[in-house]
Amino acid sequence: MASPSTRIDDGHDMDSVNSGLMREKLSVLVVDNDALVRKVHEKIVSKLKVAKQVQIQTATNGKEALDLHLSGSSFDIILMDMQMPIMDGTEATKELRAMGVESMIVGVTSADARADKEAFTEAGLDQCLAKPLTADKIKSLVETLEKNK
Amino acid sequence: MRASLEGEKQQTDQSMDGGLMQMQRRLAEYRNALFKEGILDSQYLQLQELQDESNPDFVVEVVSLFFTDSEKLLNDLSRDLAQQNVDFKRVDAHVHQLKGSSSSIGAEKVKNACIVFRNFCQEKNIPGCLRCLQQIKQEFLLVKSKLETLFKLEQQVVAAGGSIPTVQQPIL
Repeated sequence: MASPSTRIDDGHDMDSVNSGLMREKLSVLVVDNDALVRKVHEKIVSKLKVAKQVQIQTATNGKEALDLHLSGSSFDIILMDMQMPIMDGTEATKELRAMGVESMIVGVTSADARADKEAFTEAGLDQCLAKPLTADKIKSLVETLEKNK
Repeated sequence: MRASLEGEKQQTDQSMDGGLMQMQRRLAEYRNALFKEGILDSQYLQLQELQDESNPDFVVEVVSLFFTDSEKLLNDLSRDLAQQNVDFKRVDAHVHQLKGSSSSIGAEKVKNACIVFRNFCQEKNIPGCLRCLQQIKQEFLLVKSKLETLFKLEQQVVAAGGSIPTVQQPIL
Protein backbone atom coordinates (compact mmCIF):
# COMPACT_ATOMS: atom_id res chain seq x y z
CA MET A 1 0.00 0.00 0.00
CA ALA A 2 1.44 3.38 -0.97
CA SER A 3 2.05 5.67 1.97
CA PRO A 4 0.58 9.14 1.82
CA SER A 5 2.93 11.67 0.30
CA THR A 6 3.54 15.21 1.42
CA ARG A 7 4.61 18.24 -0.52
CA ILE A 8 5.16 21.73 0.77
CA ASP A 9 5.25 24.68 -1.56
CA ASP A 10 6.43 28.09 -0.44
CA GLY A 11 3.76 30.25 -1.96
CA HIS A 12 5.79 33.45 -1.63
CA ASP A 13 5.32 35.16 -4.94
CA MET A 14 6.95 38.57 -5.32
CA ASP A 15 4.74 39.28 -8.28
CA SER A 16 1.52 38.53 -6.41
CA VAL A 17 -0.61 41.63 -6.21
CA ASN A 18 -2.35 40.49 -3.04
CA SER A 19 0.65 38.99 -1.21
CA GLY A 20 -0.13 41.15 1.81
CA LEU A 21 -3.65 39.74 1.94
CA MET A 22 -2.64 36.15 1.20
CA ARG A 23 -3.51 33.54 3.83
CA GLU A 24 -0.52 32.19 5.72
CA LYS A 25 -1.06 28.51 5.12
CA LEU A 26 -3.27 26.18 3.12
CA SER A 27 -3.25 22.44 3.67
CA VAL A 28 -4.89 20.17 1.13
CA LEU A 29 -5.43 16.41 1.09
CA VAL A 30 -5.91 14.81 -2.34
CA VAL A 31 -7.62 11.42 -2.06
CA ASP A 32 -7.76 9.41 -5.30
CA ASN A 33 -6.76 5.88 -6.27
CA ASP A 34 -5.55 7.06 -9.69
CA ALA A 35 -1.89 8.17 -9.60
CA LEU A 36 -2.37 10.35 -12.68
CA VAL A 37 -5.27 12.24 -11.13
CA ARG A 38 -3.36 12.70 -7.86
CA LYS A 39 -0.36 14.08 -9.78
CA VAL A 40 -2.48 16.55 -11.76
CA HIS A 41 -4.56 17.76 -8.81
CA GLU A 42 -1.45 18.09 -6.64
CA LYS A 43 0.19 20.22 -9.35
CA ILE A 44 -2.88 22.43 -9.80
CA VAL A 45 -3.02 23.16 -6.06
CA SER A 46 0.74 23.79 -5.79
CA LYS A 47 0.73 26.31 -8.64
CA LEU A 48 -2.15 28.35 -7.32
CA LYS A 49 -0.26 30.74 -5.00
CA VAL A 50 -3.31 31.20 -2.79
CA ALA A 51 -1.28 31.02 0.43
CA LYS A 52 2.24 31.84 1.61
CA GLN A 53 2.71 28.16 2.33
CA VAL A 54 0.78 25.40 0.59
CA GLN A 55 1.03 21.92 2.07
CA ILE A 56 -0.31 19.04 0.01
CA GLN A 57 -0.68 15.42 1.03
CA THR A 58 -2.09 12.57 -1.01
CA ALA A 59 -3.84 9.33 -0.13
CA THR A 60 -4.80 6.47 -2.42
CA ASN A 61 -8.13 5.57 -0.81
CA GLY A 62 -10.59 6.53 1.89
CA LYS A 63 -8.95 4.37 4.55
CA GLU A 64 -5.60 6.10 4.08
CA ALA A 65 -7.37 9.43 4.43
CA LEU A 66 -8.95 8.25 7.69
CA ASP A 67 -5.61 6.93 8.98
CA LEU A 68 -4.00 10.32 8.35
CA HIS A 69 -6.65 11.99 10.51
CA LEU A 70 -6.37 9.31 13.21
CA SER A 71 -2.63 10.01 13.37
CA GLY A 72 -3.33 13.67 14.06
CA SER A 73 -3.23 15.35 10.64
CA SER A 74 -5.78 17.97 9.70
CA PHE A 75 -6.47 19.83 6.49
CA ASP A 76 -8.22 22.94 5.26
CA ILE A 77 -9.53 21.20 2.14
CA ILE A 78 -9.97 17.51 1.34
CA LEU A 79 -10.45 16.64 -2.34
CA MET A 80 -12.20 13.27 -2.16
CA ASP A 81 -12.67 10.94 -5.12
CA MET A 82 -15.90 8.95 -5.02
CA GLN A 83 -15.01 5.51 -6.38
CA MET A 84 -11.97 3.98 -4.73
CA PRO A 85 -11.06 0.46 -3.61
CA ILE A 86 -10.78 -0.55 0.08
CA MET A 87 -12.86 2.45 1.23
CA ASP A 88 -14.73 4.69 -1.19
CA GLY A 89 -15.28 8.42 -0.90
CA THR A 90 -18.83 8.17 0.41
CA GLU A 91 -17.83 5.88 3.27
CA ALA A 92 -14.69 7.90 4.05
CA THR A 93 -16.67 11.14 4.17
CA LYS A 94 -19.23 9.63 6.57
CA GLU A 95 -16.43 8.34 8.82
CA LEU A 96 -14.57 11.66 8.80
CA ARG A 97 -17.70 13.60 9.75
CA ALA A 98 -18.50 11.04 12.46
CA MET A 99 -14.99 11.64 13.82
CA GLY A 100 -15.77 15.33 14.05
CA VAL A 101 -13.66 16.46 11.10
CA GLU A 102 -14.90 19.89 10.07
CA SER A 103 -12.59 20.47 7.11
CA MET A 104 -14.05 21.45 3.76
CA ILE A 105 -14.62 18.09 2.05
CA VAL A 106 -15.10 18.41 -1.69
CA GLY A 107 -16.24 15.39 -3.66
CA VAL A 108 -14.51 14.99 -7.01
CA THR A 109 -16.05 12.53 -9.40
CA SER A 110 -16.54 11.66 -13.03
CA ALA A 111 -19.56 9.55 -12.11
CA ASP A 112 -22.73 10.10 -14.14
CA ALA A 113 -25.30 8.48 -11.86
CA ARG A 114 -27.23 11.18 -10.02
CA ALA A 115 -28.17 8.81 -7.19
CA ASP A 116 -24.51 8.04 -6.50
CA LYS A 117 -23.64 11.73 -6.41
CA GLU A 118 -26.56 12.49 -4.10
CA ALA A 119 -25.49 9.75 -1.68
CA PHE A 120 -21.95 11.12 -1.80
CA THR A 121 -23.14 14.63 -1.04
CA GLU A 122 -25.41 13.44 1.77
CA ALA A 123 -22.45 11.68 3.38
CA GLY A 124 -21.25 15.13 4.43
CA LEU A 125 -19.66 16.91 1.48
CA ASP A 126 -19.48 20.67 1.31
CA GLN A 127 -19.55 20.48 -2.48
CA CYS A 128 -19.33 17.96 -5.27
CA LEU A 129 -17.32 18.86 -8.37
CA ALA A 130 -16.91 17.10 -11.68
CA LYS A 131 -13.55 15.76 -12.74
CA PRO A 132 -11.27 17.05 -14.04
CA LEU A 133 -10.56 19.83 -11.55
CA THR A 134 -9.25 23.11 -12.87
CA ALA A 135 -7.31 25.96 -11.29
CA ASP A 136 -10.45 28.13 -11.32
CA LYS A 137 -12.51 25.53 -9.45
CA ILE A 138 -9.90 25.20 -6.71
CA LYS A 139 -9.42 28.98 -6.44
CA SER A 140 -13.16 29.25 -5.91
CA LEU A 141 -12.94 26.68 -3.06
CA VAL A 142 -10.25 28.74 -1.33
CA GLU A 143 -12.39 31.87 -1.72
CA THR A 144 -15.29 30.02 -0.08
CA LEU A 145 -12.93 28.95 2.70
CA GLU A 146 -11.93 32.58 3.26
CA LYS A 147 -15.54 33.76 3.32
CA ASN A 148 -16.50 31.14 5.89
CA LYS A 149 -13.58 31.95 8.25
CA MET B 1 37.47 37.27 -47.24
CA ARG B 2 36.06 38.25 -43.83
CA ALA B 3 33.07 39.94 -45.49
CA SER B 4 32.46 36.78 -47.53
CA LEU B 5 32.60 34.58 -44.40
CA GLU B 6 30.25 36.92 -42.52
CA GLY B 7 27.92 36.87 -45.50
CA GLU B 8 27.92 33.08 -45.51
CA LYS B 9 27.24 33.02 -41.73
CA GLN B 10 24.31 35.39 -42.19
CA GLN B 11 22.86 33.16 -44.91
CA THR B 12 23.31 30.05 -42.74
CA ASP B 13 21.66 31.78 -39.75
CA GLN B 14 18.75 32.89 -41.91
CA SER B 15 18.20 29.43 -43.34
CA MET B 16 18.43 27.92 -39.82
CA ASP B 17 15.89 30.48 -38.54
CA GLY B 18 13.73 29.71 -41.56
CA GLY B 19 14.02 25.99 -40.76
CA LEU B 20 13.10 26.59 -37.12
CA MET B 21 10.14 28.76 -38.10
CA GLN B 22 8.94 26.04 -40.44
CA MET B 23 9.19 23.47 -37.62
CA GLN B 24 7.32 25.75 -35.22
CA ARG B 25 4.61 26.33 -37.82
CA ARG B 26 4.28 22.60 -38.45
CA LEU B 27 4.04 21.99 -34.70
CA ALA B 28 1.33 24.64 -34.28
CA GLU B 29 -0.66 23.25 -37.22
CA TYR B 30 -0.37 19.69 -35.93
CA ARG B 31 -1.45 20.70 -32.44
CA ASN B 32 -4.41 22.74 -33.72
CA ALA B 33 -5.56 19.78 -35.80
CA LEU B 34 -5.68 17.57 -32.69
CA PHE B 35 -8.15 19.98 -31.08
CA LYS B 36 -10.13 20.46 -34.29
CA GLU B 37 -10.50 16.68 -34.74
CA GLY B 38 -11.71 16.28 -31.15
CA ILE B 39 -8.77 14.08 -30.19
CA LEU B 40 -7.76 16.53 -27.45
CA ASP B 41 -9.90 18.98 -25.50
CA SER B 42 -9.15 22.05 -23.37
CA GLN B 43 -8.01 19.92 -20.41
CA TYR B 44 -4.77 19.30 -22.35
CA LEU B 45 -4.19 23.05 -22.31
CA GLN B 46 -4.64 22.99 -18.52
CA LEU B 47 -1.83 20.43 -18.35
CA GLN B 48 0.42 22.65 -20.47
CA GLU B 49 -0.28 25.60 -18.18
CA LEU B 50 0.84 23.51 -15.21
CA GLN B 51 4.24 22.89 -16.82
CA ASP B 52 6.99 25.28 -15.73
CA GLU B 53 10.75 25.53 -15.20
CA SER B 54 10.50 23.59 -11.94
CA ASN B 55 8.83 20.71 -13.79
CA PRO B 56 9.60 21.09 -17.52
CA ASP B 57 8.54 17.53 -18.39
CA PHE B 58 5.24 17.59 -16.52
CA VAL B 59 3.04 17.02 -19.58
CA VAL B 60 5.17 14.15 -20.89
CA GLU B 61 5.22 12.56 -17.41
CA VAL B 62 1.46 12.75 -17.02
CA VAL B 63 0.77 11.51 -20.55
CA SER B 64 3.25 8.64 -20.10
CA LEU B 65 1.38 7.66 -16.92
CA PHE B 66 -1.84 7.72 -18.94
CA PHE B 67 -0.35 5.42 -21.59
CA THR B 68 0.91 2.89 -19.02
CA ASP B 69 -2.23 2.90 -16.89
CA SER B 70 -4.56 2.71 -19.88
CA GLU B 71 -2.74 -0.23 -21.43
CA LYS B 72 -3.09 -2.12 -18.16
CA LEU B 73 -6.77 -1.19 -17.84
CA LEU B 74 -7.49 -2.27 -21.42
CA ASN B 75 -5.78 -5.63 -20.80
CA ASP B 76 -7.79 -6.05 -17.59
CA LEU B 77 -11.01 -5.25 -19.46
CA SER B 78 -10.23 -7.79 -22.20
CA ARG B 79 -9.66 -10.43 -19.54
CA ASP B 80 -12.75 -9.45 -17.52
CA LEU B 81 -15.04 -9.65 -20.56
CA ALA B 82 -13.63 -13.05 -21.55
CA GLN B 83 -14.77 -14.61 -18.26
CA GLN B 84 -17.65 -17.08 -18.28
CA ASN B 85 -19.45 -15.04 -15.63
CA VAL B 86 -18.63 -11.43 -16.32
CA ASP B 87 -18.28 -9.30 -13.19
CA PHE B 88 -19.89 -6.10 -14.50
CA LYS B 89 -19.13 -4.23 -11.31
CA ARG B 90 -15.44 -4.88 -11.85
CA VAL B 91 -15.69 -3.99 -15.55
CA ASP B 92 -17.50 -0.76 -14.66
CA ALA B 93 -14.84 0.16 -12.08
CA HIS B 94 -12.10 -0.23 -14.71
CA VAL B 95 -13.99 1.82 -17.30
CA HIS B 96 -14.73 4.45 -14.68
CA GLN B 97 -11.02 4.75 -13.91
CA LEU B 98 -10.16 4.99 -17.60
CA LYS B 99 -12.79 7.67 -18.04
CA GLY B 100 -11.31 9.66 -15.15
CA SER B 101 -7.74 9.50 -16.37
CA SER B 102 -8.60 10.20 -20.01
CA SER B 103 -10.62 13.25 -19.01
CA SER B 104 -7.72 14.44 -16.82
CA ILE B 105 -5.37 14.63 -19.81
CA GLY B 106 -7.95 15.84 -22.32
CA ALA B 107 -8.23 12.63 -24.37
CA GLU B 108 -11.78 13.51 -25.42
CA LYS B 109 -12.57 10.60 -27.74
CA VAL B 110 -11.36 8.02 -25.24
CA LYS B 111 -13.44 9.66 -22.50
CA ASN B 112 -16.56 9.70 -24.69
CA ALA B 113 -16.10 6.05 -25.61
CA CYS B 114 -15.92 5.21 -21.90
CA ILE B 115 -19.27 6.93 -21.28
CA VAL B 116 -20.94 4.71 -23.90
CA PHE B 117 -19.21 1.63 -22.47
CA ARG B 118 -20.59 2.31 -18.97
CA ASN B 119 -24.12 2.38 -20.35
CA PHE B 120 -23.67 -1.12 -21.79
CA CYS B 121 -22.18 -2.25 -18.46
CA GLN B 122 -25.30 -1.13 -16.66
CA GLU B 123 -27.41 -3.07 -19.14
CA LYS B 124 -25.09 -6.08 -18.65
CA ASN B 125 -24.86 -6.22 -22.45
CA ILE B 126 -21.74 -8.25 -23.27
CA PRO B 127 -21.74 -7.78 -27.07
CA GLY B 128 -22.22 -4.04 -26.52
CA CYS B 129 -19.36 -4.00 -24.03
CA LEU B 130 -17.08 -5.87 -26.41
CA ARG B 131 -17.84 -3.43 -29.23
CA CYS B 132 -17.13 -0.53 -26.89
CA LEU B 133 -13.87 -2.08 -25.78
CA GLN B 134 -12.76 -2.30 -29.42
CA GLN B 135 -13.74 1.33 -29.94
CA ILE B 136 -11.83 2.47 -26.84
CA LYS B 137 -8.76 0.52 -27.95
CA GLN B 138 -8.87 2.25 -31.34
CA GLU B 139 -9.31 5.68 -29.82
CA PHE B 140 -6.53 5.03 -27.33
CA LEU B 141 -4.10 3.92 -30.04
CA LEU B 142 -5.02 6.99 -32.07
CA VAL B 143 -4.44 9.48 -29.24
CA LYS B 144 -1.23 7.68 -28.25
CA SER B 145 0.13 7.87 -31.78
CA LYS B 146 -0.87 11.53 -32.17
CA LEU B 147 0.64 12.57 -28.84
CA GLU B 148 3.88 10.69 -29.53
CA THR B 149 4.17 12.57 -32.84
CA LEU B 150 3.38 15.85 -31.09
CA PHE B 151 6.13 15.27 -28.53
CA LYS B 152 8.61 14.40 -31.33
CA LEU B 153 7.78 17.65 -33.13
CA GLU B 154 8.25 19.56 -29.86
CA GLN B 155 11.62 17.88 -29.30
CA GLN B 156 12.72 18.86 -32.81
CA VAL B 157 11.82 22.49 -32.16
CA VAL B 158 13.71 22.52 -28.86
CA ALA B 159 16.73 20.76 -30.42
CA ALA B 160 16.80 23.44 -33.11
CA GLY B 161 17.02 26.11 -30.42
CA GLY B 162 13.37 27.11 -30.39
CA SER B 163 10.79 27.15 -27.63
CA ILE B 164 7.33 25.64 -27.40
CA PRO B 165 4.71 28.37 -27.19
CA THR B 166 1.81 27.68 -24.83
CA VAL B 167 -1.45 27.54 -26.73
CA GLN B 168 -4.03 29.71 -24.96
CA GLN B 169 -7.00 28.72 -27.04
CA PRO B 170 -7.13 26.07 -29.71
CA ILE B 171 -7.78 27.59 -33.11
CA LEU B 172 -10.82 25.70 -34.34
